[in-house]
Parts: sequence; structure tokens; C-alpha cells
Amino acid sequence: MILDSKIPEGPLAEKWDKHKFNVKLVNPANKRKYDVIIVGTGLAGASAAASLAELGYNVKAFTYHDSPRRAHSIAAQGGINAAKNYQNDGDSVYRLFYDTIKGGDYRAREANVYRLAQVSVNIIDQCVAQGVPFAREYGGLLANRSFGGAQVSRTFYARGQTGQQLLLGAYSALSRQVAYGKVKLYTRSEMLDLVVVDGQARGIITRNLITGEIEQHAAHAVVLATGGYGNVFYLSTNAKYCNATAAWRAHKKGAFFANPCFTQIHPTCIPVSGDYQSKLTLMSESLRNDGRVWVPASKETAERLRKGEIRVSDIKEEDRDYFLERKYPAFGNLVPRDVASRNAKQMCDEGRGVGGSGLAVFLDFADVIKRNGAEWVSQKYGNLFDMYAKITGENPYEQPMRIYPAVHYTMGGLWVDYNLQTTIPGLYATGECNFSDHGANRLGASALMQGLADGYFVIPYTIGDYLAQTPPKPVTTEHPAFKEAEAGVRARVEKLMSINGTRTPAEFHKALGHIMWEYCGMARNAEGLRHAKTEIQKLRREFWSDLKLTGTDQEMNQMLENAGRVADFLELGELMIDDAYNRNESCGGHFREEYQTPEGEALRDDENFTYVAAWQFNGENQPEILNKEELRFENVKLTQRSYK
Amino acid sequence: MSWITKTFSSSIGRKFIMAVTGLFLCSFLVVHLLINLQMLRHDGGASFNFWAEFMGTNPVIRAMEVVLMLGLLAHIYQGLALAVKNKKARGGQAYVVNHSEQNSQWASRNMALLGTLLLIFLIVHLMNFWIRSRFDAMGGLAEVRVPNLDHPVGDLYSVAAASFKIPWYVALYALSQIALGYHLWHGFRSGFQTLGLNHRKYTPAIYLTGYGFSVIVSALFAIIPLVMFFSEAYQPRPATGNTVEQSLTTEPALR
Amino acid sequence: MAGSNPNAKPMNLTLKVWRQRNRNTEGRIVDYQVKDISPDMSFLEMLDVLNEDLLRQGEEPVAFDHDCREGICGSCNLFINGRAHGPEAGTTTCQLHMRKFSDGDTITIEPWRSAAFPVNKDLSVDRSAFDRIIQAGGYISINTGGTPDANEIPIPKDIADRAFEAATCIACGACVASCKNSSAMLFVSAKVSQLALLPQGHVERKTRVENMVAQMDKEGFGACSNIGSCAAECPVGISLENIAIMNREYINAKATSNNLA
Repeated sequence: MILDSKIPEGPLAEKWDKHKFNVKLVNPANKRKYDVIIVGTGLAGASAAASLAELGYNVKAFTYHDSPRRAHSIAAQGGINAAKNYQNDGDSVYRLFYDTIKGGDYRAREANVYRLAQVSVNIIDQCVAQGVPFAREYGGLLANRSFGGAQVSRTFYARGQTGQQLLLGAYSALSRQVAYGKVKLYTRSEMLDLVVVDGQARGIITRNLITGEIEQHAAHAVVLATGGYGNVFYLSTNAKYCNATAAWRAHKKGAFFANPCFTQIHPTCIPVSGDYQSKLTLMSESLRNDGRVWVPASKETAERLRKGEIRVSDIKEEDRDYFLERKYPAFGNLVPRDVASRNAKQMCDEGRGVGGSGLAVFLDFADVIKRNGAEWVSQKYGNLFDMYAKITGENPYEQPMRIYPAVHYTMGGLWVDYNLQTTIPGLYATGECNFSDHGANRLGASALMQGLADGYFVIPYTIGDYLAQTPPKPVTTEHPAFKEAEAGVRARVEKLMSINGTRTPAEFHKALGHIMWEYCGMARNAEGLRHAKTEIQKLRREFWSDLKLTGTDQEMNQMLENAGRVADFLELGELMIDDAYNRNESCGGHFREEYQTPEGEALRDDENFTYVAAWQFNGENQPEILNKEELRFENVKLTQRSYK
Repeated sequence: MSWITKTFSSSIGRKFIMAVTGLFLCSFLVVHLLINLQMLRHDGGASFNFWAEFMGTNPVIRAMEVVLMLGLLAHIYQGLALAVKNKKARGGQAYVVNHSEQNSQWASRNMALLGTLLLIFLIVHLMNFWIRSRFDAMGGLAEVRVPNLDHPVGDLYSVAAASFKIPWYVALYALSQIALGYHLWHGFRSGFQTLGLNHRKYTPAIYLTGYGFSVIVSALFAIIPLVMFFSEAYQPRPATGNTVEQSLTTEPALR
Repeated sequence: MAGSNPNAKPMNLTLKVWRQRNRNTEGRIVDYQVKDISPDMSFLEMLDVLNEDLLRQGEEPVAFDHDCREGICGSCNLFINGRAHGPEAGTTTCQLHMRKFSDGDTITIEPWRSAAFPVNKDLSVDRSAFDRIIQAGGYISINTGGTPDANEIPIPKDIADRAFEAATCIACGACVASCKNSSAMLFVSAKVSQLALLPQGHVERKTRVENMVAQMDKEGFGACSNIGSCAAECPVGISLENIAIMNREYINAKATSNNLA
């Protein structure tokens, strides 16, 4: 199948404007005749729901949480990028575009990324007008901070809770439309299947998580804003409920899944403390503005430290290796996430890691505390320091934080064209759920930007183009496709409930996570991937024959919810491995050990892999079909990324 | 419902009434206390009787007395209404374990209980003093003459002095002042908070004033009956049927 | 392991957990034992251990709300040993760690209790009343697009910071759960005062506070009597000053708005 990305013709800077003119519009009086389903109420979903309802469409918004405000966007800490150039330090739309393309290791679409940079400035205006309390300078104007992968200061923030404040802004806009009756909100409702009628997305099947009821919902179009799939790894910085089920169900109904192996490992997370660990906690990348990353210069010192024979304060300055500053003098501690993570892993592999397990490096604030005082540091990072102290029981003002990389974000996702439409007409994907803007590595503070760009400023235009070509007739759940989909969902739930084996969903999930982290994590190789594939297939068979659940499906049953999600992770995990195996190069978050420069940096193969790998479902237990969307770079020159 | 009734039946509106009436009652307490303290003068109650007469006859005060009564009734009514509403809001099932003492002060959580105790005290108190002094049918007062007035006045002092020789009565008074103290401990600062008067510059001073007010006012109220009980200096005048001359300088014990 | 106190030994605990099938049935406390609990576990990880044990034994696990497990989503809501979110101040349940407990302890775990928060199951409650209060006016009525440049209105840093502090409310409901009156004033006032402080919110400040308070009363929350337990138990430190701000916003609105209803 030939993938049409529908990128508009013309110069890069004019594409979006021209496209906005060329898309078809829905007559204002007709807008109320269209229903749109939006699944997920995080940044991408809530902003889309509010904006579409404001335009006049009837929106049905679904979330498995008890309130839209609980979506995991809320946990984003550091900030949101925008090419405002308020700092007069040389920023521009083009520079944000360039940094994002380069940060993504040249595996993203130019046109999408340029549009993202263009609308970034509107996002800040929108949020401020909503009452989002961004940090300000004494003069009353907005403050900025720096983030990895950029040499300008363009990140807007609200202390360490930027995601929370932005989500609450979108949530308030959504709430307003709920009050107006333009959005009907379905909380504690989990989408379990997509309904496709005559090749077009026309509805979803959901399960009410309180009563267990299976419900059908119809609409003229469906938007998936269901986030990423980082929880495939079991341990990640994602929330516990984050899952891939909605996206995976859509994939199995015909939506292609793009670049599933592109996962981001975040360098600054609190290390694992034991087997019981249920999730990992991020320490914002903004900490790298002022914290210095180091390990002991020698293996011997590191070992003595791990054994408790010496203390951190016993290690002299010259015996410390500030490896990021040493290797990347230009960017120092602010190299992009993939580079920082890989280097941390390398140090630990060399035996220079710290902490009981040796799987950690130091993030040290001693210098900045000496320079500006603890009070200054507390003003800037207080909540992060408190969180660290609560989790570890250690005081980061007195001793360096211990950090280690952890799965954080998935650049891959449902394949979408320039309009954010998937390969199923009428099905859209926004935010982390799609693959579009970050290539093989996402820069810090760009996830919030993309989620809101898609929801506030892209989908309201592009979905109109589709709806304008759809007759404004009421849609119902009459079509047999609804019954069929519902029957499928029921059968699956009943199957899960009836296995009556011995192992819990969490046991399977942990086992899957272990395979994925070991063989498809920070470093991958062909042999390991082959091994992982058979392991996962085996695990999947065991899951469907040895799963243990109790209670019924006619009530709140959190283990059942989890089992359904794990079942989908077990399938998605295999596709990630296929994709990683297929991509014989290293780029961004995808590091194949066979492909590296002599200095250990990622070695791209632009000749053979400058494409988006879009996988097509081809039946249960059948190999998926690989479709390629060639990436054309007309404005930037592909080079070896260098942050030295 | 009009906007007025809606406002004052809303949760904040009810609290607003509680605060306004409560702070008004605080101001009344000050006046009451100042007059009560006159009893401790060694003048056989002349000063006290003078001010009691003033309070009973001055037209402005009499008008304020009506306002005071209405305020008191409003405070009681809203207090009870809020207690009922809040109990309902809590729901049927109580916590099996609840350590609210670790997050708040006892007085703050028990304003309704303290208020009810004060109400019981008030009923006894009003029947004994206020009703007797205002309505002759309820017993009335003997008459005395005090300086600076050309007509005889009621001898309320003797009623007080007689009452404060009865042990259970003194005990009731003194203990009730503990309830009053706790009620004010929370009520004073709470009133300001409800009226929206919370500011980082002034709130610490309001808290301090409130704590001081509650301790001093209730302590002084409690001391008066105790002193009059234990000291021989304070005696009721025997009922003679004649109007007695009182002098501000005459020590009754030396008479 | 890493970062932990190497001397800290695993603990055995007795849990007294509230079990309730759904909102229409009666609940009761059920005793459970959990063994080998590491002091480095979070409270919810300890409950995970319990639930895995229960499931393996063929019993029904305990339902409880949780998600981000980093103290920001506001999902977790346990009343632990008589305190909302347990004994540690300024901490959500998910950030409470077992090093705050000792071997042999008995821990009572209950759901938030309030007429406005009916129980879904076991420890999970329905907090949708909070959403309906926000829907009544917790927003600035602007549509997407057409907004002025973000730096057009300078906002004093002090005001922006105070608005931010009010805006950090996570809507967990600890304020309601710990309040003797089951009052939601701290939650409602945090939003009211955030938007009353910022110039963007001034346009609607009167209707906003009138509508939000009316909805709050309609949901059946109690009235604030300034006890202060809400702010003491709030995991993110929302200040009582917000309630005072809301009180004066409300009185001012009622006295001066053109709304006769």
C-alpha cells in the first residue's frame, strides 16, 4: 500500500497556511449535526474536545479515569517549548523546527514539525488567556528556562508542574463545554474496540468500569488521544493505567502502527529500589540546567562507594568524571535525552555506577547550592527535591541525587497523515498516540507542545475537511458492525474471566517488561531481538492459558481491566521487536549495538532507513506487513548529530 | 426565593451571619464584663446598680438590646441549622478510626457542643437576672438610691451577691466560662476568616488577639462569682421594703 | 537496596481494610496480614503485595484508586489510621512510604467518607461532584484562537505565584474527607482565588463565585466552620487564605452583581 502523507505543496513556511485555506469547511449551521468521539482527555484529548465543541460539533469525550483531570499529562514537570523568542537569544520558528528535526535524528516529517513550531507560539497565548499561571519575572512578563537539545531558552514553565497547569487549563475549557451541553463526558469508560462501518471509523465499544456494562457509541468521526505505550516495559515513568489498548484495537481494525521501536529512555529518573517497584518516577530534565552528572573516575572507587567503604564526600574533585561535560563540551549536561541516557548506561556498564545496585549515576547540585544558596535551589526545584526525599529517604540538598534512565515516552504510535488522520478514514490520532512529530527522539518540553498543538490548532481544521465530505445524517449504532464489535469485546472479556489459571496479570506484565527492557531497551541487537520474539510469543501463550482472575466482569474489577491491557501489550511488544529488528541502524532512542560510530554514538543509515515504518495488521498470529513512508528532507541537511 | 434569601441560605451566607452576629456578641461581652467588674468595687454595688439602671433605661441601649436579642437568636438558629446540614453532609458511615486531633483544635471541631452548653447557661442566667430586672412580674428588684440619680433604682447587685453565695450556682458560672473561653478561642478568629479578613500581615495579630480575648474575657467573667463567693465583702442587702441610700465611697462591710 | 537504610528490616503488618461491594451494600472492616514489606515500598506498593496475594488465593483484591503514583494526578485517596493520606504531612497516599511504619503495626485503611463521595467499591469513591463544581464556573470563558499575545498583560510575579499556588490543587478530596463538616470549601476556593487573582479571571469573577458556590451547596457538601483540618491534611499545601478570598468574593458578588436570582 502506498502511504499518502498528504503533505501540502509549496515552501515549508507556507504549507500550513495554504492547507488551512484548501481544506473544506463545514457550514456553521451544519456543525451541530456532526458527532465526534474523542477517546482520552489528557492534553491532546481535552484540548481537541473543547476546541471542537466550541466550533459547534457534538463531542463525546471518554476517559477511564474518574475525572478528565487525572490524565497523565498532569505529571509532566519541566515545561513547554514555544518559539516566542521573548529572551532575544536568537530563537525563531525555524530554529525550533530545526532543533526538533535534529533532536529527532532526522526521522520526522519536515512539514509536520514546521507546523508544530509555527503553532507553538499560539499555544502560549491560549494558555495564558485561560489563566494558566506560568512562571514570571519580576517585571511581570513570562519567564523561560533551557532544556536539553537547544541552545536557546524557550521553555515556558510553572515551577515543576507545567503539565498539571496546562492540563487544568484544557480541562477547564472542556468543563465549560460540558456545562454548555456541547460535550458529553463519559468517565470511568474504557474503549475496548473501534467500530468501522464501510471502511470508515464510526464508533467505539466501551466498558463502564464501575458497572461492567459494555456500551456502543456512534459518531461521524473518532479521535484517539490515548497517549503512549511506554508501559509495555512494565516499569516506566508512565502512570499505572497508561495503556495501548485503544490504539492497539484501532491497529487491529486497520490503522497502521508507525515506528513502534522508537521509545524514549529518560536519563533522570529515580533508580529502581526493589522487585516490588510498581513504577518509576521522573526527576525533571530541567534539573540538568543546574545539576552536574558524574560518576567516580575509576571502577575501584565506584566499587568501594557501593560497598559503603567510602562516602560521596570522600571522593575528591579530580576523582570524579563529569562525563557529559567531558564528552560534549558544547551542550554539556544539556545533551538530548537519548545521548544522556546512553552515556549513563555506558558508565554503569563500565562498572562505574553508584548506588547499591550500581545502576545509577549522580546528579549533583553542590556547585549551584554553593553559588546561589539552597534557598534559590528550593525556589526553582523545591517540589522535585521534596519528591526525591520522600521516595528515597535521602536529602538531595546534602548529597547528590542518584538517577538512572527509565522508559518515558514513545515516539512511535498510530501512523497519521498531515491531517492527523490514520489509515482508517474518520479515525484520527493526536498527541503521544500518533507518531508524527518527534522522529526517533523527542526533545524535552516538546510533548506538551505537540499534544496541545494537535488538539487546539490542528485537528479543529483538519477534521472539518473530512466531515465536510460526510453527509450530515445522524449516525446510529444500528449497523451490524456495532453488534459484531460488541460481541468480540464480550467474548474477549469472558475468555479472560474463564481461564482460571495460576498467574496474575501483574506477573505476566512484569515478565513482559523484563524481556522488553533487556532486549529492546536502551541497546538492542539482532540476536537479542530474535530471542525476545520467541520469549514473548511463549509468554503470550502462557497468558491465555494460565491467567488468574477473580470476581466477575459485572462490577468494578481492576484486575480484569489490567489483564485486558496486558494482553494487548503482549502483542504490541512483539511488533516493537519486529520493528527494532527491521531497522538496521541506530537513530535517536533506537540504538542497535551493531551500528555505532567508533566513539559509541548512534550511526544512522540514511540511505536505507530514511523512512517511517508503518506496520499493517494482517490477522491474528500472522506477521505484520511493513509499509514504508519515505521521508524527504528538502530544507535541512542530514548530518551526523553532534552535540560536542 | 429572592437573591437575599438565597444568599443567606447558602453555606457562605449562613457562615456570614454566624460571623457578624458572633463578633457583635463579642462586643457585647466587653460591655457586660466592664459592668460586671463594677460589682468588685467595695461600694455595696452602687456603681453596679448605677450602670445596670443605665443599661435598663437608656433608649439607645434599649434599642441595641433588641438588636442583640435578634443577633443572638440568629446566631443560635444558624448554628443549629449548620450543625444539622454539616452532619448530613458527613454521611451515614463514620470513620472507624479518626484522628482529627492531629489536624485541628478541639475547640474548632466542637463549636456546636460548646454553643449548646452556652445556651443552657444563658437560659439559667437570663431567667435569674435579665428577666427579673426587666419584668416586675418575675419577682422584680428591691429599690435603692445611688448618687447622681434623682430616682431610686433596682438593686440588681443584691440579686447577684445572693446568687453568688450558692455553691452550685457559682460552679455553674465558673464552668460555663470555660465553655465560653473555648467558644471564643475558635470563634473570634473564625469570624474574621469568614468575613474574608485574612491577610498575611494581619492574620497573626487577629489570631493573637482572639486567643488573648478568649482567655481574658472568660477568666474575668469566671473570677467575679468566685471572688464574691469566697469574700465576705460582698453581701446582698437584706430585704427591708425601704429604699436605701447608697454612696459610691461607702464600703458596705464598714457600714 | 539502593538508597535505602541498609539496617531497615522487612516488616509484617496487620491491615484492617474497609471492604464494600458497591454503593448500595453495607461495608465492613476485614483483617489481612502482609509479610516481608520493605521499608522502601510505597504504601500503594504494599497494597499491591496484598492484592497479588489475594488474587493468587482466589480472593477478590481490594479496589482502590491510584494512577500516576507520583503525587500529582490526585487519584489516590486513602484514609490511613484516621488521617487523610496517612500520617505524613504534605504527602499523597502514593508518596507515603512504608519507612513511616514499624514492624508489627496495625494499619486501618478506609475510603474517603462523605455524603457527596459515594463508595464505588471498597476504597474507591465517586468524586464527580468536584467536576460538576468546576463545570459550574471554574474556567475563563474564552474559545480557542484569537487570544492576545501572552506578554500583553504583565502580571506581578507575586500575584502569579499566589495564583499558581492555589492552582496546584490536585482535587484528591482530602479536604472533604478530613473535614468534620465534609466541606469542599478548600477545593472550591483554590480555583476561585486562582482566577480571582489573575487579571484574566476578573471579567467573570462575580458569576464564577456565585455559580460555583451554588453548585457546591447543591452537591451536598457541608459548610466551612474554619476548623482548618483541610489545610492541615492537604497534600499540596493549599492555604486557608483561599477560603477567606472566596468568602469575600462571594459576599461582594452577592452584594453587587446584577444577578437577581
